[in-house]
Amino acid sequence: MNEYKDIWVFAEQREQRLMNVSLEILGEARKLADKKGVKAYAVLVGYGVKGLADELIKYGADVVYVIDNPLLKNYTTEGYAKVIADLANEIKPEVILYGATYIGRDLAPRIASRLHTGLTADCTGLDIDENGLLLQIRPAFGGNLIATIICPERRPQMATVRPGVMKKAPKDEKRKGEIIEIQANIKEGDIRTQIFDIIKEAKSKVNIEEADIIVSGGRGVGGAEGFKLIQQLADALGGVVGASRAAVDAGWISSDHQVGQTGKTVRPKLYVACGISGAIQHIAGMGNAKTIVAINKNPDAPIFKVADYGIVGDLFKVVPALIEEIKRIKNNEMA
Amino acid sequence: MNILVFIKQVPDTNEVKIDPVTKTLIREGVPSIINPDDKNALEEAIKIKEEYGAKVIVITMGPPQAETALREALAMGADEAYLLTDRVFAGADTYATAKTLAKMAKKFDYDIIFCGRQAIDGDTAQVGPQLAEQLNIPQVTYVKEVKIEGDTLIVKRALEEGYEVIKVKMPVLLTAIKELNTPRYPSIKGIFDAYREKEVKIVTAADLGVDPQEVGLKGSPTKVISTTTPETQRAGEIFTGNVKECVQNLVQRLVEKHVI
Amino acid sequence: MDFSLTKEQQMVRKIVREFAEKEIAPKAKEIDLTGEFPWDNVKKMAKADMMGIPYPKEYGGAGGDYISYIIAVEEISRACAATGVILSAHTSLACFPIFQWGTKEQKEKYLIPLAKGEKLGAFALTEPNAGTDAAAQQTTAVLEGDHYILNGSKIFITNGGKADVYIVFAMTDKSKGTKGISAFIVEKDFPGFYIGKVEEKMGIRGSRAAELVFEDCVVPKENLLGKEGEGFKIAMVTLDGGRIGIGAQALGIAQAALNEVTKYVKERQQFGRPIGKFQGLQWYIAEMATKVSAARHLVYYAAWRKQNNLSYTMEAAMAKLFASETAMEVTTKAVQIFGGYGYTKDYPVERLMRDAKITEIYEGTSEVQKMVIASNLLKM
Repeated sequence: MNEYKDIWVFAEQREQRLMNVSLEILGEARKLADKKGVKAYAVLVGYGVKGLADELIKYGADVVYVIDNPLLKNYTTEGYAKVIADLANEIKPEVILYGATYIGRDLAPRIASRLHTGLTADCTGLDIDENGLLLQIRPAFGGNLIATIICPERRPQMATVRPGVMKKAPKDEKRKGEIIEIQANIKEGDIRTQIFDIIKEAKSKVNIEEADIIVSGGRGVGGAEGFKLIQQLADALGGVVGASRAAVDAGWISSDHQVGQTGKTVRPKLYVACGISGAIQHIAGMGNAKTIVAINKNPDAPIFKVADYGIVGDLFKVVPALIEEIKRIKNNEMA
Repeated sequence: MNILVFIKQVPDTNEVKIDPVTKTLIREGVPSIINPDDKNALEEAIKIKEEYGAKVIVITMGPPQAETALREALAMGADEAYLLTDRVFAGADTYATAKTLAKMAKKFDYDIIFCGRQAIDGDTAQVGPQLAEQLNIPQVTYVKEVKIEGDTLIVKRALEEGYEVIKVKMPVLLTAIKELNTPRYPSIKGIFDAYREKEVKIVTAADLGVDPQEVGLKGSPTKVISTTTPETQRAGEIFTGNVKECVQNLVQRLVEKHVI
Repeated sequence: MDFSLTKEQQMVRKIVREFAEKEIAPKAKEIDLTGEFPWDNVKKMAKADMMGIPYPKEYGGAGGDYISYIIAVEEISRACAATGVILSAHTSLACFPIFQWGTKEQKEKYLIPLAKGEKLGAFALTEPNAGTDAAAQQTTAVLEGDHYILNGSKIFITNGGKADVYIVFAMTDKSKGTKGISAFIVEKDFPGFYIGKVEEKMGIRGSRAAELVFEDCVVPKENLLGKEGEGFKIAMVTLDGGRIGIGAQALGIAQAALNEVTKYVKERQQFGRPIGKFQGLQWYIAEMATKVSAARHLVYYAAWRKQNNLSYTMEAAMAKLFASETAMEVTTKAVQIFGGYGYTKDYPVERLMRDAKITEIYEGTSEVQKMVIASNLLKM
């Protein structure tokens, strides 16, 4: 076990662009590596992706392994699993972290099974314990419980990490690191799936994960009509619209707006929850917002327990007044 | 064609409550259901059976009560059901679970293995891919559409923004997402048939021929060392009463904090 | 003595409840407001094999037991009482007499499509002057060659105008009184059969209560159900079973009201605490829950007797009497507990109260049930 060393991050790229979550976990890996006194590695797999290695170094990697091969142009489970598992078998990292994306969650279990090691899914926290073990912290049972998990006897210790939870390290333009190119031992027959097409859906998609200001509506909004009011407040604040599961399930708004355990995790500067009671599943998705404002007519709604500011009242009265007040303040600023 | 469908019986997490003192789940009175994604997997298998002809074999690992989930699956239209139940299976993580399920899968000559993407109690989405690896067959996860052309499947795999179209030869493991279909309700006739004309076969560790050290808690690389309830408290300032004053106070605070 | 449901019955409850909550309940309010017949619900129930639960598979049924059927009516009625009575009238009143007294040909021609849910059934006994006094039938049937010619009218017929197949009662021999009544299977397209007035109702507004008019209606001779003169017996035995169905409908309505109340008293705050903390309301709720439970036992017991070929006339009457009066009482209390909100259409309890009332009236009023119970007891 002692031969296993260092922390790896799977640097996920799509069409030669790094995924945000990879930089986020690289930031976390940097912290963990410093705590353990080891190095943070990024493993970059693809075709024509070498140019991304520098960026990974600037975001905290000490070493970047680049596995560049035409057969790895698009992600395939078997292609990527093979080259990463081969490399891990050879170099023996102590930890491998992946973003919990649709790709990371496809790839990591395949590798874990091949390496006969443990894997913890969708972590929201990572730490190192007194024995140097990786503490993998994740919600379970719809966010009702938070579990801490270890992998004491097998290596590498592996986890996928939920997007939007960890923080990127500040980009350091001067940071230096090593880039090592790895020859991929792969042939066509290793990949039994064939990608025909990749279709991007031109959803006029709100990216609530990236937004600084989110105004969310829940059951109290009462219907699709009510979400127009939520949109107006979001517009006044320069933010986007979010929603609770109840509102999405009721069909008042599409699921790409959903915040929470089964939706998206957000960490905006300002989160305004309108008519959201604050079920634990919802709070799991927005509890890390810098400032939380709650508007709800029930003074006992759990949302007030996590809010920095709250207004007890009918959102159909409060929100229009709030829009007006914000407009007034903003006009004053301009004047 | 043989289709294996692996399902899990889970507590309905919408109904789960936590004991505030012991910080453990209160399972009493919480209904058990077939994991929702697994139902999509099962529905697709039954649809394939109806369209192309196939035998649908449904398998679960769990306590004896999980028989109910299998009966429901039979009522929906599955042909055979197997319950892997044994004390030594208890406490398995996803690695040990996949290993046990793989042993079971190898007893069949299968063309497609269907799993749900993830179970709502654990949300790991790991067992499917781990099982595919154990069986050394290709996998396609996050499946939202399946078409069959001879010995090949044309599968749409969802991505965060859009999807891929993937061609893969059978045997293959697929994990279903809810966009794949709308699961049918078991027909009432199906329920009576499931209890009267179909059978749930029990499979123990000995039947599978697995080493007890390699399954359950003992065979699990990961260990849960603690569980807590999420900390959510903040010291909030709550305004009540006159709407206009409330709103002015709030905006003033937000401006002071440079939030807006 | 065993009070537990079988695993099959438990699964039926689970699945029908899931179905009712997801597919039926969300539309119940709108169905009540518009009074539109819920064809969509009927089609979905048919698809799930719910329209012939207690009939053998060879006759298009699900091959189930009577208690499973009763559970289905209860669960569907909990979500939408109008849909519940469509199911109950179809299964208990239209399918049953064909199953019990029909010839092989009649079963094949009519029971199979009915039990499969491809066709909808109705039962036509009540007339303007033959309500509680059902024996006072004025509709006549006269045999002319290969056909019976029916003349007269029926009122308040559930599924009237929507059903494809009607069990119609008519006098074939006035001189014989009740022994002169016969039953007929009438298809909606038979010449001389018309739909008259459709009632505007207080509750179960999505279900249909219509007048049937027979003007020299031509019914083939082979559509006589049972023998000539057996009609009254067929009607009475059929209603015995139907009453268990209505008991189940009432039970579903009562359970729905109780569920609404238990949810509401935990949420609604007055005097700084949830109103469920007040003893006065706790006593109400305890009484409501006790009565609902008692009603359930009576309804299931009657169904169990029918399933096991024991006499059930009196038990069915008791079940219907108690369950319907419980439904009325529990829904009325529910409106009271909800206060002003309860009187509005913002909450479902006012609908439940309106729906409950009919269960004390149709398929024999509460008073008729008491007559049946007393005459069975006293045998005078």
